[in-house]
Amino acid sequence: MSLIEQQIAMSTTAERQVVTGAPGAAPSADWVIVTRGITRDYDMGGEVVHALRGVEIAVRRNEYVAIMGPSGSGKSTLMNLIGCLDTPSAGEYWLNGELVSRMADDELARVRNREIGFVFQTFNLLPRATAQQNVELPLVYAGVSAAERKARAKEALERVQLGDRRDHRPNELSGGQRQRVAIARALVNRPAILLADEPTGNLDSTTSEEIMRVFEGLASSGQTVIMVTHEPDIAAHARRVVVLRDGRISSDETRETFLATLNARV
Amino acid sequence: MSLIDAIRLALTQIRVQKLKSFFTLLGVTIGVMFLIAVVSIVNGMSKYVEEDFAAKFLGVNTFTLRRFPNFQNGNVTEATWREWQRRPVITSEDADAIREALPTGAHWAMQDMRYATPASQYRNSGPQAMVAAVSAEYFLIKNLEVERGRVFTEQEEQIGQPVVVLGSETAETYFPNIDPLGKEIRLEGLPFRVIGVLKKQGSTFGISLDRQAIGPFHSDMRRVTHARMGIDGVLVQGSDVGNLQDSEEAAREVMRRRHHLRPADPDNFMFETSESALGFWQGIKQVLVIGGIVLPAIGLVVGAIVIMNIMLVAVADRTREIGIRKALGARRRDIMWQFLVESATLSIFGAILGIALGFGLSALIKSVTPLPSSVALWSIVVSVFLGAGVGIIAGIYPASRASRLDPILALRSD
Repeated sequence: MSLIEQQIAMSTTAERQVVTGAPGAAPSADWVIVTRGITRDYDMGGEVVHALRGVEIAVRRNEYVAIMGPSGSGKSTLMNLIGCLDTPSAGEYWLNGELVSRMADDELARVRNREIGFVFQTFNLLPRATAQQNVELPLVYAGVSAAERKARAKEALERVQLGDRRDHRPNELSGGQRQRVAIARALVNRPAILLADEPTGNLDSTTSEEIMRVFEGLASSGQTVIMVTHEPDIAAHARRVVVLRDGRISSDETRETFLATLNARV
Repeated sequence: MSLIDAIRLALTQIRVQKLKSFFTLLGVTIGVMFLIAVVSIVNGMSKYVEEDFAAKFLGVNTFTLRRFPNFQNGNVTEATWREWQRRPVITSEDADAIREALPTGAHWAMQDMRYATPASQYRNSGPQAMVAAVSAEYFLIKNLEVERGRVFTEQEEQIGQPVVVLGSETAETYFPNIDPLGKEIRLEGLPFRVIGVLKKQGSTFGISLDRQAIGPFHSDMRRVTHARMGIDGVLVQGSDVGNLQDSEEAAREVMRRRHHLRPADPDNFMFETSESALGFWQGIKQVLVIGGIVLPAIGLVVGAIVIMNIMLVAVADRTREIGIRKALGARRRDIMWQFLVESATLSIFGAILGIALGFGLSALIKSVTPLPSSVALWSIVVSVFLGAGVGIIAGIYPASRASRLDPILALRSD
């Protein structure tokens, strides 16, 4: 059984049972992410650690996917690969029709800038810059003119209900507001995917719910969202949950089946 | 990232850490300050010595035949000094013989000088004046012009009229608020009639050029200056450089013959030209220029090392920021650019501060010492470029380290 067939076999919805293409061939346009047998090995002082051992994921445009897994499962490594911060040791990664797995540094930087919007656990806002300036940052590297940057950042902040906080610095904002600034920054360059890494890890449960509602709203409006988390109740906000274990996908199911499995286990 | 964005970012960074930035700049600031100050002193003195001093004391396109140099280059050995003292004096007969031999177009004047205290009926004591017994063409060669009255003529000089032309300060001192023309002034007890007052000339190296009394050589003036004991020199002005060289050759031939020198003997007299007199200045200038290169160079090297260290610290401090920027799409060259511009901006700030301090230092030197100094425009331009250059060179290593950071590791740092 090939790896693709394995993944298809694991898929639970009819929609996902579409062949995403043969190795080396670009997937059809409705697939925003297709990985084919990606592995990632680290050389830890002579000892090779296999963080990912052949991962097959295919994500359609407008999907809302959670990637779960205990620590050491390889989910951070997978997130770095999906986010183009790293390249796989072997295998193919197609993002929005481009083969990014063999790209050089500067091309990866361009892909990160255009195709990916990052949301981090620790927000990662520049402390000395205002909300407006933080949101403008991806546009600076995209070479957008100052006037257009200003207008687009303003629009993005208004989209996350922070239109009145544009001139505040991160330390003048609450945790939830900071994360919303980060979301605005992630969205400002209209990326193919919104990639969130434990987006509620530093927030209390009320604020977490608020952020999840923002994600829900974005997903409903057609934004592809990929969220890495280790919390099942946060993962349960997504419409599809992929679970990693020991560098491999151990399950890939809809929210409903995931919740059913979860409840069955409890 | 555009240059404007990068500069704006650098300025924000500098503003946030004012004090740290200031100390970072200090090396470059001091270097540039010395550069501006030394260059302005050398510049000012050059202008002063080469144009002002040389023209006033020596005249243009002239030489002075002397027994031994008036302006000495460095220390003279005992032996040289004794040799000079043994040389025959130059006499008015020598001067006349030279005049006969000069090519046409050359101007000639003998001169003999001595300090003396004048006396008039209004004042009989006061500052000394430089008394000169000269030929009529002296005024022409030295480019001396009268403010009032006239200079003496060739005929007056030949027949030895007891007339005198005064420097403006001497005239003012001995004829306070009185028109000195036609009045009598006594030098060493001998009376002279004032016929002219020179235009004000100011002073050179603290010597006032306005305390003078110039009279015809063949008058009693030569008794005042003790011309019998030999004269100071023979002043010759050529109509151009070639004429001046011909004149010098003619004068040398006459003098060697009159001093009965054999072909192998060296000259026992000398020709003082503005270049030879300025030899001492060339020596001083060399030392100053070397100082002007070494001091700023030390400052700039220290400045570069400090900036490099501070930038390395900044890269370490801002690793996470670099990670964020990379995650958001900054390429290596964007990060490199950001830190290079920051380093260069910092350094240019230092240079600008140094230029301001250099101006101050130059003004201070001008006001507390008699040394003139004027800031050279080129030194400002050079300073700004040096500032930028030092910043860029010092920034290359830190910036390239920053640009090569792994975004994953950088994002994980605190």
